[in-house]
Amino acid sequence: MIPVAFDYQRATSVDDAIAKLTASGGKAIAGGHSLVPLMKLRLSEPGTLVDISKIPGLSGVKEAGGKIEIGATTTHAEIAGSKLLRDKCPILAEAAAEIGDPQVRNRGTIGGSLAHADPASDLPAVAIALDADIQIKGRSGARTVKAAAFFRGFYDVDLAAGELIVAVHVTPVRSAAYAKLHQRASHYAIVGAAVALDVKGGVIQSARVGLTGATTHAIRLAGVEKALAGKKADGVAAAVASAAGEAGDLNADLHASADYRKAMIPVFVKRAVERALARG
Amino acid sequence: MIPVAITVNGKVRTAHVEPRTLLVHFLREHLNLTGTHVGCDTSQCGACTVIVDGRSAKSCTIFAVQADGSTVTTIEGLAADGKLHPVQEGFWEEHGLQCGYCTPGMIMSAVNLLQDNPSPDEKQIREGIAGNFCRCTGYQHIVNAIQHAAKHGGGKAAR
Repeated sequence: MIPVAFDYQRATSVDDAIAKLTASGGKAIAGGHSLVPLMKLRLSEPGTLVDISKIPGLSGVKEAGGKIEIGATTTHAEIAGSKLLRDKCPILAEAAAEIGDPQVRNRGTIGGSLAHADPASDLPAVAIALDADIQIKGRSGARTVKAAAFFRGFYDVDLAAGELIVAVHVTPVRSAAYAKLHQRASHYAIVGAAVALDVKGGVIQSARVGLTGATTHAIRLAGVEKALAGKKADGVAAAVASAAGEAGDLNADLHASADYRKAMIPVFVKRAVERALARG
Repeated sequence: MIPVAITVNGKVRTAHVEPRTLLVHFLREHLNLTGTHVGCDTSQCGACTVIVDGRSAKSCTIFAVQADGSTVTTIEGLAADGKLHPVQEGFWEEHGLQCGYCTPGMIMSAVNLLQDNPSPDEKQIREGIAGNFCRCTGYQHIVNAIQHAAKHGGGKAAR
């Protein structure tokens, strides 16, 4: 399948990328593993691609001031293999290791995954559970958006033309986990639940829950979060029972009906909570 | 048209390509390296897998212009001095193929896997080839082939 013809430019810095995106009205490409498939299907027809993959300093995982910063062009394989993340924020490494397959993880990037916001992609749910700060740069300067506000609708995010995600900042949480029902060919999430907990003495003090795969875009389940507060392991099943109801209108496609997703949502939210609790 | 210089199987290959030229088409149609196959053409089946800058990648999901300056190894670049790569030997010895369509991509994924993990267990092998579909073998002989390669220096072999 051949995409519509387009111009290709390579950016040498973030400012250069913003200038090129602004001048051309084009789209940024890094790994291209969300964008290229859509272009081949001609569902996306950008007139210009601005390649940001070779911009120095835009890739990598580092710790600064109690936060972990992940550069936009860091690949899923690099996130999955990061010792810093495995030690301090294992949910991110674990979720990245479940994206697609080895070849996809070698090319796909965190910035691309979040900006593209495929409704079945994994990282949006994890970003919501970790209350991640998405760092964005554009012509008028830099701004930060919380993950839960960034995802607005079906392939729709809070990113204006000419803007670029440059990094994702998270406060590391040990007791967090991601549980996913895989679509067996693409390994996209039919349902994916990300949960981050604050646990003291086996009691959940507070929770953040992100859900992907089930609705038009990744969402936060604030009702489930409230129900989990104050619960121990034996109270989890009851607390997550309302998760599917809270999610609202559920996706139905050739991989799973809305009813099947409705049945699976509490199952996978519960699994994620239990794994997070096991990390204490 | 955009000029590209891509090192393929040890040789720098230069060409002017349309930006929309996929790497797999550059390999097959510009360089006549038809060992890399197009299967699903939707980033799932892995028949087009090659190694780009040391990591396995689906060449149907990369534009050739993105690989400008990169080093690419295809199935044609594995054998050295008339001797098969240990992963190729493994597929030969353990009957790791039937129709052979998935084999070049499967082998490139196995090479990447063994480079990361020279002695994988069966589960790790199956995870390592999760991005490659085979519709003939039921995978068991492929797993055997990769185990054979691991035992015979597949992780250390040059690519």
